[in-house]
Amino acid sequence: MNITKNINSLAPQVIMENVHKIFSSGQREVIALKGITLSISNGEFVSILGPSGCGKSTLLNAIAGFSLPTSGRLVANGAEVTLPGPDRGMVFQEYALFPWMTVADNISFGLKIKKLPKQKIREMVDALLVKLQLQDFRERFPKDLSGGMKQRVAIARVLALDPPMMLMDEPFGALDALTRRNLQDELLRIWMEFRKTVIFVTHSIEESIYLADRVVVMTYRPGTIKQIVPVELSRPRDVSSLQFISLQKELTSLVMEEQMRYREEEVEEM
Amino acid sequence: MKIRTSLFRQVFYSILLPVSLLAMWELLSRKGVFSPQVLPAPSQVFLRWIDYLKPLEPYDAEKTGAVVWLSSGELPHDALASFLRVMGGFAIGTGLALPLGLLMGTRIFIYNLCNPLIQILRPIPPIAYIPLAILWFGLGNPPALFLISLGAFFPVLMNTISGVRHVDPLLIRAARNLGAQGFTLFLRIILPAASPYILTGLRVGIGVAFIVVIVAEMIAVNNGLGYRILEAREYLWSDKIIAGMITIGLLGLAIDTVMSRINNYLLRWHRRQD
Repeated sequence: MNITKNINSLAPQVIMENVHKIFSSGQREVIALKGITLSISNGEFVSILGPSGCGKSTLLNAIAGFSLPTSGRLVANGAEVTLPGPDRGMVFQEYALFPWMTVADNISFGLKIKKLPKQKIREMVDALLVKLQLQDFRERFPKDLSGGMKQRVAIARVLALDPPMMLMDEPFGALDALTRRNLQDELLRIWMEFRKTVIFVTHSIEESIYLADRVVVMTYRPGTIKQIVPVELSRPRDVSSLQFISLQKELTSLVMEEQMRYREEEVEEM
Repeated sequence: MKIRTSLFRQVFYSILLPVSLLAMWELLSRKGVFSPQVLPAPSQVFLRWIDYLKPLEPYDAEKTGAVVWLSSGELPHDALASFLRVMGGFAIGTGLALPLGLLMGTRIFIYNLCNPLIQILRPIPPIAYIPLAILWFGLGNPPALFLISLGAFFPVLMNTISGVRHVDPLLIRAARNLGAQGFTLFLRIILPAASPYILTGLRVGIGVAFIVVIVAEMIAVNNGLGYRILEAREYLWSDKIIAGMITIGLLGLAIDTVMSRINNYLLRWHRRQD
C-alpha cells in the first residue's frame, strides 16, 4: 500500500512542537492554541476531546493546512505543513459533499484531479461503494441521502485517495445515536483494515473512549493540552465494562473542570 | 377528503376566470358599450390575429414548400425578428456580464475597482439610453441590440457576482483538502456552486431583454412585434394592437417556460425550497 509508511514506520506521523495559534481582529487578540506539543504515531487512533471553543477544531485545521500556526513546528507525513492536501483527508461534521455531483462523482473527485484513467477510477469507486455499503446510491444526489449515508460518502471520498492520515472534525455530531454507533463501528472496521492514522475531534467523552488509543484532553481558552489519557482496552469495547466506566469518570472530571471555566468566562462576558 | 381532484375540475377552475371575463367583454362589446375603436370585441381581435398570422400570398407549390409558406405571414416574421433580437442582445449582454461577474466575484480588487461605476449606471433604465443609442448607432438593429444587451447585462452581472460570493467556504475547504487548486477549483467547484444564482440571473436577464426589445422596436426598426403595435396605433387598428400584445405575451411565456425547463434540468440536484 503505502511504501513511505513502511520506511518511516518508526517516525511519528504528526509532530507538533510548541505550536501557537493567535487570531487577531483589529484590537482583540484570541489565543486559540498555546504551546501545543504532541506526537502522533503511525496508525494511531487519537481523539481530541474538549468543550466547545477549546481550540480542538483549530488544532485539526492547522494539521490540515487550512489555518497555519502562528509559531511553532508542525510536521505531518514527513513534511512541514504549508498547504491543504489529500494526504491529510478531512471529514467534516457538515459533510461538505458537493451537491451538484452524484455519490459516485463525489467519491471520484480527488481521483479525477489526479488524472487517473477512467477505468481505474470506476473500479476504485465501485470498491469503495461496496466497502461503505453505498452500492444502491451510486447515481443519487446528496439531497436524497440521510445524514449517515452522506457521512459514508464523505469518508469514501477521502479514502479514495488512500491518505496515510484521516482528520475527522466531530463527524458524527449531527447524527442520531443509532446511526452514530453504526458509523463508529464502521470507522473502526476501516481503521483496523487499513491502519491509517486517525485524529478524531469530539466533545463526547464516550465516543473518545470507544474509539481511541489515546485521548488528548484540551483546556479551554487558551487551548493547551491538559492531559493525555491512554485507553488500553481491546476492541470492540464494552461501554458497560468497569474499565470503560472508570475511564469515563476520569475524563468527565477533567472535562468538567474546563467546562466550569467556560461557564465562568461566559458569565463574565455577560 | 378527496385529495386528487379530477383533471376536468382542475382545467375547469383554471380557465373559469379568463373565459368569464372574455365572455363578458364579448357581450358588452356586442351591446355597443365599447366603441370598436377603443376596445374591440374578442371575436374581432381573434379574426385580426388570424389575419396577422396568415400567409400573405396564396399557396404556390412551385415557388416554396408547405412549411415555408405556412410561416410566411406577417406575424411569424415579426415574432422571429423580435425573437432573434432578444437572443442576440441577450447573448451580447451575457457574454460581457458573465466573465466580468466571475472576475468581480472572485477578485476583490476588481470588485472594488468596478463596483462604484456599476452602482451608478445600474439604476438608469435602458429606455433612457434611447436617444444616445440612436445617436451612436443610427437606426435599425444596432441600436436595438445595444439597448437589449444593456437590459440583460445588469441582472446577469449582479446575480453572477452574488453567486460566486455565496459559494459555501466549507465546500472550497473540502475541495482543497482533496487536492483541488487554482483553475480546477474555479471550474469544478466555484462555477457549479454558483450556478443556481447565475441561472436565476440569466432568467431575469432574458425577461428584461424581452421587455426592452418591444420598446426598442418601437423607435428604431421597421419590423418585429413592437414595431407592429406602433404601426397598428398609427392606423388606429386597436384590434391589431391587442392581437400583437397577446402575441408578445405568448412569446414571452414561451421563452420563460423554456428557460425554466432548462433551469430545472440543470439544477435537478438542488434542494427545493418550496
